[in-house]
Amino acid sequence: MNDTGYDYSVVRGFAFSALFWLVIGLVIGLWLAFEMFDPALNLTPWLSFGRLRVVHTNGLGVGFGLSGIFATAYYMLQRLTRTPLPFPRLAKAHLWVFNAAIAAAAVTLMAGMNTTKEYAELEWPLDVGVVIMWVMFAINVFAILIKRQEKQMYISLWYLVSMTVTIAVLYIVNNLEIPLNLYKSYSIYAGGNDANVQWWYGHNIVGFIFTVPVLAMFYYFLPKATGLPIYSHRLSIVSFWALIFAYLWTGAHHLMLTPLPEWIQTVAIAFSIFLIAPSWGSVVNGYYTLQGNWDQMRTNYLTKFFIIGITFYGLQTLQGPLQGLRTLNAFFHYTDWVIGHVHMGTMGWVTMIISASFYYMIPRITDRELYSVKLANAHFWLILVGQLAWTVTMWIGGIQMAAMWKATNPDGSLMYSFLDGLTSLYPYYRMRFAAGVIYFIGILVFAWNIIQTVRQAPAATSKA
Amino acid sequence: MGIYSKPVVFAVIATLVILVGTVVTVFVPMFMPSTQPVSAYVKPYTSIEQEGRDLYMREGCNNCHTQTVRPLRTEVLRYGEYSKAEEFAWDRPFLWGSKRTGPDLNRIGGKYPDSWHYRHMHSPQSMFGKSNMPPYGWLAENKLDTSESFRKTQILGYGYSEAEVQQQIADYKARVTAPDYDSKATRDEVTPAALRGELTEMDAIIAYMQKLGRDVKAMESQQ
Repeated sequence: MNDTGYDYSVVRGFAFSALFWLVIGLVIGLWLAFEMFDPALNLTPWLSFGRLRVVHTNGLGVGFGLSGIFATAYYMLQRLTRTPLPFPRLAKAHLWVFNAAIAAAAVTLMAGMNTTKEYAELEWPLDVGVVIMWVMFAINVFAILIKRQEKQMYISLWYLVSMTVTIAVLYIVNNLEIPLNLYKSYSIYAGGNDANVQWWYGHNIVGFIFTVPVLAMFYYFLPKATGLPIYSHRLSIVSFWALIFAYLWTGAHHLMLTPLPEWIQTVAIAFSIFLIAPSWGSVVNGYYTLQGNWDQMRTNYLTKFFIIGITFYGLQTLQGPLQGLRTLNAFFHYTDWVIGHVHMGTMGWVTMIISASFYYMIPRITDRELYSVKLANAHFWLILVGQLAWTVTMWIGGIQMAAMWKATNPDGSLMYSFLDGLTSLYPYYRMRFAAGVIYFIGILVFAWNIIQTVRQAPAATSKA
Repeated sequence: MGIYSKPVVFAVIATLVILVGTVVTVFVPMFMPSTQPVSAYVKPYTSIEQEGRDLYMREGCNNCHTQTVRPLRTEVLRYGEYSKAEEFAWDRPFLWGSKRTGPDLNRIGGKYPDSWHYRHMHSPQSMFGKSNMPPYGWLAENKLDTSESFRKTQILGYGYSEAEVQQQIADYKARVTAPDYDSKATRDEVTPAALRGELTEMDAIIAYMQKLGRDVKAMESQQ
């Protein structure tokens, strides 16, 4: 606690949890990237690709992403309502339950306790833990909003509220399963229904973790870091409602050309295209906020993170709907193109915004100056170059794989075996590993910079 | 603006907004038979096949292999007839996958003899030098746990009696341990001596591989 009465210890706890899981998740990512061109690293069943991949996706998506979201949410909630956290001890318990759940998730997934539903792989006892963890968070969210001192709820709070309710609905509906024992359960949905529920969940869990709360950060920290107000309040209102309405219709674009009824696929395509509008509403709002102040891209290291971050969000939300179109999907789906697409969002947009938010927030909650702006700039360039090299490599690899799958000889027979296509990608897989190393070094610089910041003596003038 | 200063009202409205698409595209289809049609030709998995399916899930095979052949010319050429909705009526969960680092498996059943699978599971690289598939030889070193096989079929609604499940297990064990089993030599090569007379996890996962897409062939030949 400081003189304002705000509780920042839980913010700090989640921020360091985020850094911890980020580093662990990336080490696992590098391990997997190596296994893709050299299976020798499948040393034990626990380290085999099939089991480890889900530790990577859960560790980063949930371990890093969600703890970054909780850290910034607990900060934004208090600042935007001008109210101290109503239940600080509950928040502290939330921090411990969260980290225990992630650790248990990693161990059980490596042990093969895996429901196979993407981003919902945890077995049912951990699902129960996740729901309890979410309720602990939601209690503080709604209590602080009810007790708030600031009449109007700022845009960022809308996004946080919609995340809080939507994740609850998604998680519970997709994880309904009948337990066999403590370690194993079966989905209550069968076949096409299970697929439809899963990708409604899969698409929206990404939307309401990697988009909605990250936009909350963007709308809060961009004006704070630049000293410029958001360009258009009306645009942010329209974008918000259009985004959360349209998102839920689009899951089936992950199931294009599968046996799922065609009308569900077609509805998903239509709403995916529509979704470009609200996504770009936020991109445009971000760009116009900088109107007349574009020199900040040179003078303010934080502005770079936010503007390049929202640019990757813009590219991501164009690429996504386009690769959902039936003809393009027929070509790209199941290839590494999609892996490139996902990583532009996570390594570009999500990590850039969380990084910059931490750079703004951590010095303020600890009464310290940022350790080094120079290191923050190095971090920016390393993760930018690492991410671009990573994603572009995967896009090219994806196009090549897709083309080789489709290539036919003049007599109509297939030109390449499956293995021909796969082995032709090994040079790309090696480049991807190298790009991942560059990115990882950038993240180590980030972690070091934050750790050194809090290890310094407090700043002389403390302005929280 | 009213609702931006009323958090509970705001939360309720936001929930209703996200539920519209959810109800139309997810909840309503649950009650439409066309989302998951059934066919008398597509039979539930036997207990051994189900054990194999559970191992497929445990090892996360779905991270690299899909189980849906799309209705595209080159795809049908490569894998076989495209996937039909009826095939998945017994699949809880579905295992369609989202990435093909390895080939689709929806039509793998009957494509190769068991011996091919024993050798390939044991060491993919011994058959395809440049393959990046992890070797799963250790599956043959684990005795298959069938203690919950019956309960699994109960939960999944397969409708077998306990005696039927025991019979399925005994029959499959008799098949793969028989002296005249057509893949005996390869199975013996990859299975430790002590387990050659038992059912192993590898036996079960191969039984599952051989089931994939086989019923639908019967369905198509009848149509």
